[in-house]
Amino acid sequence: MGRTVGAGWGALALTTWLASSLPAFAFTAYVTNEKGNSVSVIDTTTMAVTATWKVGRRPRGVTLTKDGKELFVCASDDDRIDVLDTSSGKVVRSLRSGPDPEQFILAASGNPLYVANEDDSQVTIIDIEKNKVLAEVPVGVEPEGMGLSPDGTILVNTSETTNMAHFIDTKTFQVIDNVLVDARPRFAEFTADGKYLWVSAEVGGTVSIIDVAARRVIKKITFKIPSVNDEAIQPVGIRITKDGSKAFVALGPANRVAVIDAKSYEVQKYLPVGQRVWQLAFTPDQKQIFTTNGTSNDVSVIDVEAEKVVKSIPVGLLPWGVAISPN
Amino acid sequence: MPGGLAVIAGLAGGPALAQQEAQAPLATTIGIIFRPQEAPASYDAEAVPEDEGVAGARMGIADDNTTGRFMKQSFALEEKPLATPDADPVAAAKELVGKGIRYLVLTLPADQVLKVADALKGTDAVVFNAGAPDDRLRGADCRANVFHVLPSRAMLTDALAQYLTVMRWRKLFLIAGPTEADKGYADAVRNSARKFNLKVTADKPWTFGPLAKARGDTPTRAEAMVFTRGLDYDMAVVADEEGDWGDYVPYRTVDPRPVGGTQALTPTTWSPVLETWGAAQAQNRFKRMAGRLMRPLDYQAWVAVRTVGDAVTAKKANDPGTITPFLTDPAFGLPAYKGVQLSFRPWDHQMRQPIIVVQPKSMVSVAPEQGFLHQRTPLDTLGVDLPETTCKFP
Repeated sequence: MGRTVGAGWGALALTTWLASSLPAFAFTAYVTNEKGNSVSVIDTTTMAVTATWKVGRRPRGVTLTKDGKELFVCASDDDRIDVLDTSSGKVVRSLRSGPDPEQFILAASGNPLYVANEDDSQVTIIDIEKNKVLAEVPVGVEPEGMGLSPDGTILVNTSETTNMAHFIDTKTFQVIDNVLVDARPRFAEFTADGKYLWVSAEVGGTVSIIDVAARRVIKKITFKIPSVNDEAIQPVGIRITKDGSKAFVALGPANRVAVIDAKSYEVQKYLPVGQRVWQLAFTPDQKQIFTTNGTSNDVSVIDVEAEKVVKSIPVGLLPWGVAISPN
Repeated sequence: MPGGLAVIAGLAGGPALAQQEAQAPLATTIGIIFRPQEAPASYDAEAVPEDEGVAGARMGIADDNTTGRFMKQSFALEEKPLATPDADPVAAAKELVGKGIRYLVLTLPADQVLKVADALKGTDAVVFNAGAPDDRLRGADCRANVFHVLPSRAMLTDALAQYLTVMRWRKLFLIAGPTEADKGYADAVRNSARKFNLKVTADKPWTFGPLAKARGDTPTRAEAMVFTRGLDYDMAVVADEEGDWGDYVPYRTVDPRPVGGTQALTPTTWSPVLETWGAAQAQNRFKRMAGRLMRPLDYQAWVAVRTVGDAVTAKKANDPGTITPFLTDPAFGLPAYKGVQLSFRPWDHQMRQPIIVVQPKSMVSVAPEQGFLHQRTPLDTLGVDLPETTCKFP
């Protein structure tokens, strides 16, 4: 990239200021490898793997503390959540997650952590400072997707076999409503204004847009890709830009990420990525989006503005989740 | 005001798609009629468990209830074992229907399925065939009140034939066992070979008895080995639904050839090695509940019970007048750990489904294979399609 490496902070900041279309800072992406029992660490500027860290068995869901200093990894087969120090890559402690944690989401305030226990039909809410279970909320069969309203008052969990989005009050820990969606909902994502919730249905092949106040499905997005079987179109991960203009949806074995106009709900294009793409994460500046491609064991990097795949990075075995730190 | 919120939600009821007012609790009981297992031999490494099938139905009820509790719906299972394997199932079926049960899952052979279906003709009860793969139940002997959740033999052998086509193993040596079921399977293999342009280059009956159940110190039956001599084939396909001798064939053919069919490389609905499409979760859940591995019959009974649960949840009603037409409606689709939704073919009530092709310790492939296309869905490349069906519903 024509940049002096190791020139120190001042030079780095200056360079990025000059070339503002490039990523502003070197962010770090963390990818869980479900069958590799590891986390691949990627420098988002060089787009290279800089380290591979050992974690518990079957790592899937992954997230970071707001300061990026701690990484949380669902070690599903060890029934715990590993907490790693991102400066050393070492597991510093484990959280009592309840059985088979698959996905989770951290409160905007940094505590608590909301965990979907896939094998146990419940959501566990954990105080991460005290390592204490605050509540266990019974939900449908095979809970997975976890979304949090921007104001933090509503938690949404999707249950894959029950085919519902469960709305949970984060103060009382009670399920306050359930919205039926299509088969095998995998992911729930609120729009930044908190008005709408997007839920993917992997087997149903759709994304439902739910009006959060009315708790009603107002639109179902469907996908059609020439030369790809409808059955292979299996939406999983969803990310929506903060300005509410664009949404990206990972389409599983269709090996594409759909780019959607988040206002009109029209699919604009399909970007070819690696095989069996499941989860997505923006860089903090939202200039790039990273995808985990389970079957091809790599990560694709998409330029959000250009809507183009710019790089593919080999990682460990069966990459599942991705989280990107601000530092 | 979380309390207020909860009250409002309670009144509004479940899914917002519903246009109904407050729901009354809806209780649904599903009946299952099954055969008792005969006592196993003194030692059988993989004896058929006593609760085969019914354990899957129990897990289906648990899953229906986990979903149902958000909808004010509850589900229960009424288990009805027959006194002897060949007992007349009609009394059991009538007793269940007399109690108001409208959904019956059968893990029974074809003749018993037909007896139940015909005895219930004129009622609105629905029968789910979870155990009989016979093609005639989807053809000349089809019944409007029966839905088949397990694949027909034609679908199973089509799945194997698609895999052989992909592998370019075109020449088959078919070995057919003595039972009616074996003859049905062998016929299905011959039909699949024709359909997918494979060639049955040798076709012989198995006449050497249940050698797979013989003991290690039984003298080797030399004639059973030499009968594979002098043949030109890529794969030996065994038709032995009882598992009496099929496992004797691998490694004992004169020429080194792979074996498939009812044993060795098998097209089936379920296997302990299936873990994709969320199946690992179902395997774990089943193991916790039943204390053993999930078998195909368990899975098929689970599919039947989940079919009822899914339809009742979607329609918010449990009367057959609402549920039965919905099963063949394009809106019905059951996620069942196969990566795509399972649905029923309107012309013969056969459930469309991918079929896994497995060897005992590993998944080998899944049908429909890539490239087998169909104007409706690739799933309809498996089994009897609309233009060929001999099923006529009144």
